[in-house]
Amino acid sequence: MKLLWQLFFSFFKVGMFTFGGGYAMIPLLQAELVDRRKWISESDLMDYFSIGQCTPGIIAVNVATFCGYKMKAKTGAVAATFGIIAPSMILIMLIASVLRNFLDNPYVVHAFAGIRIVVVALIAETLVSFWKKGIRDKTGLGIFVVSFGLLLGLKVSPAVIVLLAVAFGVVLQKRRCK
Amino acid sequence: MIYVLLFWEFFKIGLLAIGGGLVTVPFLFELSDKYGWFSHQKLADMIAISESTPGPLGVNMATYAGFNAAGIWGGIIATIGLTLPSLVVIVWVSKMLFRFRDNCYVQTGFYAIRPAVVALILGASVQLFNLAVVNVLTAILGVAFFAAVHFVKLHPIVYILLGAAVGIVLEL
Repeated sequence: MKLLWQLFFSFFKVGMFTFGGGYAMIPLLQAELVDRRKWISESDLMDYFSIGQCTPGIIAVNVATFCGYKMKAKTGAVAATFGIIAPSMILIMLIASVLRNFLDNPYVVHAFAGIRIVVVALIAETLVSFWKKGIRDKTGLGIFVVSFGLLLGLKVSPAVIVLLAVAFGVVLQKRRCK
Repeated sequence: MIYVLLFWEFFKIGLLAIGGGLVTVPFLFELSDKYGWFSHQKLADMIAISESTPGPLGVNMATYAGFNAAGIWGGIIATIGLTLPSLVVIVWVSKMLFRFRDNCYVQTGFYAIRPAVVALILGASVQLFNLAVVNVLTAILGVAFFAAVHFVKLHPIVYILLGAAVGIVLEL
């Protein structure tokens, strides 16, 4: 029971402080789940994120469900998922009903401008550690370069890029898994 | 009745929207045309608010849309509808993943995926960078925050609150 509350609150925290979509939550997940709670490893986080990218549903919710399931099977999955969506539900309904001109408040505008810069700095730091963990040799570097080119050059959807990487992995398996 | 409809429509979005939160936007336009729960203008406001409030974008949009269509219960039911397919699919995928984790084929698959994920995150950060760093001051702050994050390992929430404070004080 204690673990379920911990799952709920950890993901509640992440949901509460994620500004700017699924990618912005990675540094928070890293701090909360990998460094603080030691529930999952950095590689686990990368794997959940890549699977969450190409399975149905919102990426953030998928990652939460994954971690929750790993810690305490189905009940853990439900606790973590509720944790990540609860702050959104509360805040959005407050804004929609009471704080209608929330976005016009100058303090809110300035605060968000500052937060955006911090989010970039946090993600840059995550990139440094993911780079060390995820790209270990020339093949890995090649996959990275091709993926980045497809994403920014040809505007290929992230889900398709993950699936292409899987397909490439299948080709590699013929050599490695004999 | 509207609750059943809301649940069903958002369940479908949760099942079909693969990728980031913005993928839900075209589905919401369709809902607007089909049921008239909210206008296109309202939808534009929803996107702006969902993008600048905490929480996953897709979840924020579902809550907002459901709330506009049918009040508090509408918000709750739409969000649960959106979330349920993830829960079911991911629980099933996790089961498989934890069973076959050490298999060489699964290992090689992840070996190939990880560099692609690094590329995806870099791509997202380039976009966020363009939104956040707009002049010399914000560039200097960006370098300063990165140095702080890199050399002083505090919880990200501390830096986010610091960023909000700096934003207000300097009127960014």
